Amino acid sequence: MTLGEIRGIVEALVITKSADMNREIGRAYCADLMSDVLAFSVTHSLLITGLTNAQVIRTADVADLRAIVFVQGKRPDIETIAMAESKDIPLLVTGLSMFDTCGRLYEKGLRSRPGGIS
Amino acid sequence: MKLCDLIEDLSLEVKTSGTDLTREVTSGYVSDMLSDVIANAQAGSVWVTFQSHLNIVAVASLKGISGIILANNRVPADDTLKRASMENIPIMTSSLTAFELVGRLYTLGLRCR
Amino acid sequence: MIKNADGVFFLTGKDFTNAGSASSNLKGILENLGISPEIIRRASIAAFEAEMNAIIYAVAGMMHYSVTPEAVKVILQDMGPGIPDIDLAMKEGYSTAPDYIREMGFGSGMGLPNIKRNADKLTITSTVGEGTTLEFLIYLEGLSPQTS
Repeated sequence: MTLGEIRGIVEALVITKSADMNREIGRAYCADLMSDVLAFSVTHSLLITGLTNAQVIRTADVADLRAIVFVQGKRPDIETIAMAESKDIPLLVTGLSMFDTCGRLYEKGLRSRPGGIS
Repeated sequence: MKLCDLIEDLSLEVKTSGTDLTREVTSGYVSDMLSDVIANAQAGSVWVTFQSHLNIVAVASLKGISGIILANNRVPADDTLKRASMENIPIMTSSLTAFELVGRLYTLGLRCR
Repeated sequence: MIKNADGVFFLTGKDFTNAGSASSNLKGILENLGISPEIIRRASIAAFEAEMNAIIYAVAGMMHYSVTPEAVKVILQDMGPGIPDIDLAMKEGYSTAPDYIREMGFGSGMGLPNIKRNADKLTITSTVGEGTTLEFLIYLEGLSPQTS
């Protein structure tokens, strides 16, 4: 599904400039521990997290993730947002809990692995 | 729904012994940040996480959490399991990612609040 | 044809604002050298985990990198507490991180296992009370079968 569709499903705000909403995203993971993201995530996936520090962006950069959704209305600071913009990583913020965010996206067909496990 | 129903529906592996698997699960929570769980999780919820540190048991007891599901086949440390068994907090594991576990729980009707 | 390149980044302990920036910079350097994306990803992840360990635990560290047509090599030397039991530290889920580190998103005990998973060769030497040297090597494509 596209980033634009994801935004609609979880009622999110886009907080980075010039984010490409047509970007295709095939997989999603939720995590607050960055080493787990590095251990298990696959390139070009969506990260759903409640952690808003700079390391989240650096982790996303190193792991080649496609976009990040922050939950519970949490928002990183200006410097962190600027870092994400410079690395072309779109950031979205939803007021939903991580549980409901993941639940809604799963209901619409998003999975963590290719082929999906139903 | 009861915890034992969830265990069956999701093919979870129970790692603790002698814990009460018949308790009701009324909501779901997913987070790896203990401070966040302490602030926001509800009593009676099932908690999905990748954190396997001993602290998760204390947090679960404090919040009245019905059970903890560790994602990605995360093996809990022995001291975590011992403490959990003593405090009657069931710990289960799944090969699914946290995202997929939550998705399945959501499909079964659980919500965050 | 891959050119040779080498350099060093200096790491400051507990500098969480900049934590991960050396690995990001290394990633940029590897991209400019035209190395394949898969190798870049493995090298960046391994370097990132090594960098985070140094910043979380040590007073300071140096990340040396060198790229040849055969391989990417990274040596991270830190001045820190050292690792008393390396085999234990390599176990997935084992972590000595204090709670405040966990609240920052680290300390899940996957750091060293992540490095091992991404590298073709990994050597760790350590002296308790002095520091740790971690060296990993990733062969460039076509030269060595990837380890799983």
